[in-house]
Amino acid sequence: MTLTAKDVAEIMRLLEQSSFDSLSIEIDGVKLNLQRGSSAPVERTVVPAPATGSSRPPQSVLPKAKPPSEPGLSEVASPLLGIFYRAPKPGEPPFVEVGSKVEQDTVIGIIEVMKLMNSVCAGVKGEVAEILVENAALVEFDEILVRVRPGA
Amino acid sequence: MAIRRILIANRGEIALRVIRTCRTLGIETVLAASKADLDSLPARLADRTLCIGPARPSDSYLRQDTIVQAALGVKADAIHPGYGFLSERTVLARLCEQEGVVFIGPTAAQIEAVGDKLRARAEAESSGVPTAPGGAVENVREAMALGRRIGSPLLIKAVGGGGGRGMKRVDRLEDIPSSMELAGAEAGAAFGDARVYLERFVERGRHVEVQILGDGNGRVVHLGERDCSVQRRYQKLIEETPATGLSADFRARLHSAAVQFAERLCYRSAGTVEFLVDLERDAFYFLEMNARIQVEHPVTEAVTGTDLVAEQIAIAEGRGLRLKQEEVRPEGCAMECRINAEDPARDFQPSPGTVRTAVWPSGDGVRVDTHIVSGSRIPPYYDSLMAKIIVHASDRPAALKRMQGALAATRIEGVATNLAFHADVLTDPEFETGGVDTSYLPRFLERRRLAQEVRAHG
Repeated sequence: MTLTAKDVAEIMRLLEQSSFDSLSIEIDGVKLNLQRGSSAPVERTVVPAPATGSSRPPQSVLPKAKPPSEPGLSEVASPLLGIFYRAPKPGEPPFVEVGSKVEQDTVIGIIEVMKLMNSVCAGVKGEVAEILVENAALVEFDEILVRVRPGA
Repeated sequence: MAIRRILIANRGEIALRVIRTCRTLGIETVLAASKADLDSLPARLADRTLCIGPARPSDSYLRQDTIVQAALGVKADAIHPGYGFLSERTVLARLCEQEGVVFIGPTAAQIEAVGDKLRARAEAESSGVPTAPGGAVENVREAMALGRRIGSPLLIKAVGGGGGRGMKRVDRLEDIPSSMELAGAEAGAAFGDARVYLERFVERGRHVEVQILGDGNGRVVHLGERDCSVQRRYQKLIEETPATGLSADFRARLHSAAVQFAERLCYRSAGTVEFLVDLERDAFYFLEMNARIQVEHPVTEAVTGTDLVAEQIAIAEGRGLRLKQEEVRPEGCAMECRINAEDPARDFQPSPGTVRTAVWPSGDGVRVDTHIVSGSRIPPYYDSLMAKIIVHASDRPAALKRMQGALAATRIEGVATNLAFHADVLTDPEFETGGVDTSYLPRFLERRRLAQEVRAHG
């Protein structure tokens, strides 16, 4: 079966009357995401069968980190995929907080890969301006962990 | 255990192939991708994509610790390894077993048993499956003695090799000492295992392999054979099923040999038992077993109507075999052409770059497995496989015709491909007749080279 414009209108009406804010359904490879009060209420993605023909690929997965709060900040990216820890041990104070002064070799966190702990250094002298990752979160390779305001 | 989320530890067309089946089954996909692949079609189509490391495979796709950590981090129930990379590495399967992540494939012990080619040979012998005359040799003296018994030409093979890697052909027995020394040194460097063994070289052999599925408890079914004799330097180029010119009896013996071999191992998941078929002697010999889903699996899917990736997942979930042997009834003929980003005019050198235009064929009995669309980049770090064009028809002539039409409808701009080369092979009378052996493609290339020379000078 395929969704017609009438079907979508009907589904939207049902959502309108319901107590839910969003709805997403998938029927035969057609994804329908509805959100109450969103500027782009209907997003339709057709799943290509074993991709034939020259179709436009969907959105890239590249952009991820939130933009910096001020210009000129230096980024400390994760050298590995793993679990990011802000403190040496649970319950201990974090290696750095916003405002902490760091040297190039100051450890800003630990990344665990299968019980192997890898420390991450600031790589730049300055002051921690932003911490982007929560403790014990999975971080990807090259994901920005903290931003440092370079300086003396 | 129902699998709800799968981490795909691979890239390219096979990553997309696994995503496709997962979508059909309502399973979430997490793609473990290198930085060079974050923009790829599979990365965009997976429910989630994780960047596991830089472009170089040794820093990303080949890091089993990172892969398992990623699976644990996203709470994936299972890992699908695809083919290549970590698919046949005991370490990944074992790590999964330790960490309670389902490995969609055989057990670590089974991978080990077939990865050691000498042990696989012994397993074949024990299960009554014929092997080519040969065996293990510890030193040059033993090699000379065995060489005299089996006669030349022969092959010196690395125990840790496979898929054509780590092999040396010896045409004269007096060359055994020097070749063996070289083969041992190369094997040590490439596989960390310098052991070698000898095998008779079958000059006019065909590469025929049998697709099997095992439930891990000793039950095994086969899904027919694939003829992959069209090879260049052990790289398969065209695969088809059924294999042309085998008698019903020969075919049945081949199938049951594969089943016997896998049964003895209590093999779990999809696997392929490869044989060298010597039709002149009415004989076949065990070559090796591939403990993974194979590149050419779609030709089997086309004639049997089975989704092999879905069966792999069902077996991994502990649901066993959903097929009875008598329910496997292959219909018609299927053929696959591997479209690579390589330049036949420059000795098939890889041709990475950006694909400006990609138009793939479609229509009745045509399937294209590809991750390439217009604008896709082909990074230089990985293999050059762009797409597999698979056709299915009632018989071989019809399949050939359908493939010719499919290739003609394909348009690739921006990188060099072997498309035109495929088209040439398909219209070659020898290939059209069918049943070529593995020496066919080198001969075809030589003929082509000579013809070009004549044209250039005449």
